[in-house]
Amino acid sequence: MNNAGAAAAGGATPAAKLVIDHLSYRYYLEREEREFLAFSDVSLTIGEGEFVCVVGPSGCGKTTLLNVVAGLLPYDEGRLTINGRTVNRPGTDRSMVFQNASLLPWRSALANVRYGMEMQRRFAGELMDRRAQELINLVGLSGFETRYPSELSGGMQQRVNLARALATDPDVLLMDEPFAALDAQTREFMQAELLKIWTQTRKTVLFITHQIDEAAFLADRIVVMGMRPGRIKQEFRVPFARPRALSLKRNPQFLALCDDIWRLIEEEAERINVIRGER
Amino acid sequence: MTSKVETVPAAAPAERPVRRRSFARRHEAAIYGTFAVVLLIAVWEFTWQMRWISPLFFSGPTAVALRFWELATTGSLLADAAYSGQNFFIGFFLALAVGVPLGVLLGWYRRLFLFCDPLVSALYAMPRIALYPLFIIWFGIGSGSKIVIVFLSAMLPILINTLAGVRNIDPDLLKAARAFCATDRQIFVTVALPYSVPFILTGVRQGVAHGLIGTIIGELFAGSEGIGYMISYAGQMFQTDTLLVGVVCTAAAGMVLTAAAERLRRRFQKWRPEHVGGQ
Repeated sequence: MNNAGAAAAGGATPAAKLVIDHLSYRYYLEREEREFLAFSDVSLTIGEGEFVCVVGPSGCGKTTLLNVVAGLLPYDEGRLTINGRTVNRPGTDRSMVFQNASLLPWRSALANVRYGMEMQRRFAGELMDRRAQELINLVGLSGFETRYPSELSGGMQQRVNLARALATDPDVLLMDEPFAALDAQTREFMQAELLKIWTQTRKTVLFITHQIDEAAFLADRIVVMGMRPGRIKQEFRVPFARPRALSLKRNPQFLALCDDIWRLIEEEAERINVIRGER
Repeated sequence: MTSKVETVPAAAPAERPVRRRSFARRHEAAIYGTFAVVLLIAVWEFTWQMRWISPLFFSGPTAVALRFWELATTGSLLADAAYSGQNFFIGFFLALAVGVPLGVLLGWYRRLFLFCDPLVSALYAMPRIALYPLFIIWFGIGSGSKIVIVFLSAMLPILINTLAGVRNIDPDLLKAARAFCATDRQIFVTVALPYSVPFILTGVRQGVAHGLIGTIIGELFAGSEGIGYMISYAGQMFQTDTLLVGVVCTAAAGMVLTAAAERLRRRFQKWRPEHVGGQ
């Protein structure tokens, strides 16, 4: 695991899965009649099976970055490749876990897990059923297959959201603040649960969050983004051994890492305030 | 969504004790509805028996019931009802056959919507019955013009509601579908259509009411058959009891058809949480 990460950081990247190379994204705001730079010159290489978290203050373009990687937004500067192939639209090599569960309310939990597979026609009907059931079991929702999303709690909805993404067997899992809308307690449990599931599937993960402790708990590597325009400020390697337990969050070393990252983000926020003061 | 605490999904939901709602609670709608109708009829009959109402201006429930029996057994009520019913159903099903597909198309294709919007808005806002004299010129005073007015009356609410359904699709669901590589056709079938079904059925419910209005008004206007004609003729003869038989028959037809539409709507919405407003 850490080997892949080290290789990615070292530049020689035999196992590089996702390569983001000097990527920028601009958008035009009709109302203000001007162009904005959501993020600029972002370069990031993620190795096979690596878990990378992107943290940053809200508005730094991290979600936009994820949407571009998902192929939902077109970029015009830079390169973006997965397994060496250029990415410019949604593909079966990626799956996304959304901030809002985004489940079809008229489909049961099981049918929602099937949804991605159905759209991609990756498997035969019978295999889809079997996989959907396996994933329901994996995310711990056995017994809730026939429930509609409105009959599930927020945490359970996010489990379905995750199962749907894993079901298509993607190379890269893109996660967009999937636990941000959950209460603090559920969020902690879901983080531990996610690590357990990830250990079993060993997917390459790009995980967006604004919660520093979440990033430090989950990731092999943390990328801190600054804002206006969004760009990468610094990378941190997370040294803690796996498997990790929630008690890690009280470890002094863990807290020190969080502090370092927090200072960096604070600095960034202050810089923005200074700029705002000058105007 | 966040307020619910995560249930540990170890205990299967079936193990919970099943508590059935009481008879009164399950048939609440029928009980309240029946009570209102019975109360109204009782008050009406009381005033009629007290001879506070002149038969020249109004009639009483028993008189109307007697008249109904007479007309149904020896008179032309059945023939009139059949005539009106036939015009209504032909017009209504034509409205359904045109309104739903047209609404879906207008909701899906932006340019088509922009093109048709002024016409649809104008037709929706105006009293369609104003066009009836024109339809008499085009289609004569027989069934033709009446079917057309029913069609137009019922079609617009169906069209407008279907269109609103397709246009209001949750953007999160569209994003999820796109991220899973859904084609336009797949999005249409798996997201747009199911999402608009409740809207379509709301349109059907309104279409039933508007169609009935069209049916009766068309017959009040011209012709020599149908329930509307019966009402109009009885009015000219000061036969208030016959007039009210026509009114009650129309109201009953309206209630039965609306209830059927509502039942259909509920059937398609079992995934929705139950009523959450005040009791």
